[in-house]
Amino acid sequence: MPPDTVSTPGGALARQFWAENPIFRQVLGICSALAVTNLMFNTLLMCGGLIWATSMSAVTVSLMRRLIPQRVRMITEVLIIAVYVIMVDIAMRVFFPEIHRVIAAYVGLIVTNCIVMGRLEAYASKNTPFNAFCDGLGSGLGYSLILMAVATVREVLGFGTIMGYPLPARELWWHQWTLMVMPPGAFFVLAGGVWIARWFAMRREAAAAQSPPAPQAAPPQQGGAE
Amino acid sequence: MILMLADTLAKETTGQNLLAIFFAAAITDNILLTRFLGMCSFLSISSQMRASIGLGLAVIFVTACTGAINAALYWFVLIPLERYGVPASSLQLILFIVVIAAFVQLLEMVIERVSLGLYFALGVFLPLITVNCAILGANLFLINKNLTVFEGFVYSAGAGAGWAVAIILMAGIRIRLKTARIPAALEGPGITLIICGIMALAFIGLSGLIK
Repeated sequence: MPPDTVSTPGGALARQFWAENPIFRQVLGICSALAVTNLMFNTLLMCGGLIWATSMSAVTVSLMRRLIPQRVRMITEVLIIAVYVIMVDIAMRVFFPEIHRVIAAYVGLIVTNCIVMGRLEAYASKNTPFNAFCDGLGSGLGYSLILMAVATVREVLGFGTIMGYPLPARELWWHQWTLMVMPPGAFFVLAGGVWIARWFAMRREAAAAQSPPAPQAAPPQQGGAE
Repeated sequence: MILMLADTLAKETTGQNLLAIFFAAAITDNILLTRFLGMCSFLSISSQMRASIGLGLAVIFVTACTGAINAALYWFVLIPLERYGVPASSLQLILFIVVIAAFVQLLEMVIERVSLGLYFALGVFLPLITVNCAILGANLFLINKNLTVFEGFVYSAGAGAGWAVAIILMAGIRIRLKTARIPAALEGPGITLIICGIMALAFIGLSGLIK
């Protein structure tokens, strides 16, 4: 499935969610959110904000795609994203004031998240609003999936809790792994995740390259490297 | 007016250890390795040494200048306006982005006019910088930390320097990686992330030096 050619809304959503997952496939946009992944609840809030910003700014850019002059396109898109990010910021300040105090700067940084900008440039500025919405939603969800996985590993190993609730009988078997609370933990967990995902993808590609070949002389050593 | 400004600046900066601010921002609180900002251009550019040096220098310059400009605008324009019902904390984001974008654009034009050599060394990286989260991040953090204009300048220069040091070190390591045997699935971003983690550990280990 070549990227950016799917034009059905469902296809766009699925492609961004899994096949072209922004983190595993492209390792983009981890900037703003990786720093908060040592607690699951903070991560959940950040991801919610990001999904809102990607999908809504995609709709807006798509609606305005014939009105935005080419020369000022980037800055217009940034300002559109900023409007939605400020909405998230205000909502978070009202509903979760304590958490907002900790992650406020990172919420602001959603504006420069490469995924949001990237999807607007690559897809929303050329497609109809509903397709653009699904594309934005899919990349937001795909991104959240990975970040929540990273946050789960880090919170369980670093704090022994899930969403702030302690694991059952953790005094008996659990030891704090301080590294996971500290920033390097995020690098290691994410690298592990990328490693596993790539390994599966490569195995599938190797299998796909082997199974449907033409009947004539297929090179025998292909895909057998592993 | 200018004297008054200089006076307040001088008064507010005395007693603060500027050197500590700089090294904390550059090393122990490294914006790339402990806050994960600016990862996108870091991961893609650090495969080339020359480009890494150019981008690193451009980031230092732009971060330091926009940090000072934005801190000044925040403390001397937005905060006084708050009395008239202007929501400073919401507007700060839009203001900072516009200032960074405008500054980068202006810088690009000036460099192109003044020196073509410099333009080809640094100028080509400038468009990349507008969307580099490290710069916006440094600007937002210095407001969070309640730093004055001059402290803000020192802090953001430190943050930029830390980013540059990290990308140049990584570019050096990646040259050596080309001859290393890495599991196929870990090549590219995977191994870079692991090295980032190890570098982050090393940088955090220096935190005893400051304070």
